[in-house]
Amino acid sequence: MTEKELKEIVFTELKKIAPECDPDDVDPDENIREALDIDSYSFLQLIIALSDSTGVDIVEADYEKVFTLEGMLRYLSARID
Amino acid sequence: MGEFRMPSLGADMEAGRLVEWLVKPGDRCRRGDIVATVETQKGLFEVEIFEDGIIGEALVQAGQRVPVGTVLAMINPEGAAAAAEKAGTVPPPVTVKAEPEQLKPAEVPSERPPVRAERLACSPSARRLAAELGVNVEDVRGTGPHGAIQRIDIEQAAQKAASSAEAAAASRPLPAAAGTLQQGMRQAIAAAMSRSNREIPHYYLEMEIDMSRPLHWLEGENLKRPIRERLLPAVLLLKGVAKALRDVPELNGYWLDERLQVKQELHIGFAVALRGGGLITPAIHHVDKLGLTELMKAMGDLVERTRAGRLRSSEMTDTTITVTNLGDLGVRAVYGVIYPPQVALVAFGRIMERPWAEGGMLGVRRTVTVTLAADHRATDGHRGSQFLEALNRHLQLPEEL
Repeated sequence: MTEKELKEIVFTELKKIAPECDPDDVDPDENIREALDIDSYSFLQLIIALSDSTGVDIVEADYEKVFTLEGMLRYLSARID
Repeated sequence: MGEFRMPSLGADMEAGRLVEWLVKPGDRCRRGDIVATVETQKGLFEVEIFEDGIIGEALVQAGQRVPVGTVLAMINPEGAAAAAEKAGTVPPPVTVKAEPEQLKPAEVPSERPPVRAERLACSPSARRLAAELGVNVEDVRGTGPHGAIQRIDIEQAAQKAASSAEAAAASRPLPAAAGTLQQGMRQAIAAAMSRSNREIPHYYLEMEIDMSRPLHWLEGENLKRPIRERLLPAVLLLKGVAKALRDVPELNGYWLDERLQVKQELHIGFAVALRGGGLITPAIHHVDKLGLTELMKAMGDLVERTRAGRLRSSEMTDTTITVTNLGDLGVRAVYGVIYPPQVALVAFGRIMERPWAEGGMLGVRRTVTVTLAADHRATDGHRGSQFLEALNRHLQLPEEL
């Protein structure tokens, strides 16, 4: 999977949770939960959706590594087969 | 014979639009079946029926907007209906022509004196209040035992009359559906919260709870679980509240007719913020009887349906206490406004690391600030602090939640 494809997957899932937001407007190092007003329930749905589409299971202890777009992309690309 | 009426989906609702019938005359219904969808200021709701029976002719058609309490259809008892139909004694069905914006109660068949008499059960003090506030008791739907009209019903009717006049003046010309829903939502919240602040003498108690033990347990539990079954800390907090309410039941119920009515059932209203703005607090039913996994499912289901506009009427009407959790934002403590006629609201701030002194040592712990807002007419601070103590005690034993 290319970096561009991965970014597309993450953006698609973010749009599902926060339909009125544009992930392109979010800085790569900004906390997405704060920037897009995602509560802990929706964040868990995001983690589940990403696990379905990428096969990567983000364990709870690693949640804070994926609070930013940059961190999320780095975390996923390092673990995708 | 029973009546299926436009339900009151919260203290702030005055009228609703019947969007769709999901059953047709002659259908057999069981208590709890969803029979219609209704649109209110807060969106679309699935309406359940509260007795078994056979649905009679529709007295209100899809598309009509009618006040709370309007009979939408009669419910015929199963055996009797069949027998009566044979004998030809069923009163002719009365249908009302669709007049979408009509706000008068739909005509009710007149040959039912016993029901009318029952509806007008009204205490002298409620009648006096009605006279003072200029409310016609015949137009009021009673919420007391056997439909008796209570002072609170009169107060609500007076408030509705006032606010619907204001709303009519202010919001009629707004054509955009989204705009009116937003505005309707604000008006609904405004009405309930203004009444709360006017009538309920709130007292507030606050406690800092050490969450290290429960969170440590939760993290261990989540490691064992597949991703879809992971639990959120909110589930522990909700279950802790339910257990503590079993110890201090006076916070679970209503203040009605100038007295506290403690409820046996534990239906916790869970505040869900909508992405477009506004707030709905649907109830999670029987929280005390759900295990943590079931509670997590129930909570997820409720959040999804709240945001999709598919809540059921019972979830809007039988909340016995409200819990709000603003912990996802950076807020440390929340001082809530109680939803009348409830008598308490429990609010959690963010779980965060803080310095914690214990046994002469200073350490860093993850803690949460819980605030109890309670109605001083119903309980005193002493009982309130016993509730917070009990909540802390239960949260420290997460494996027993």
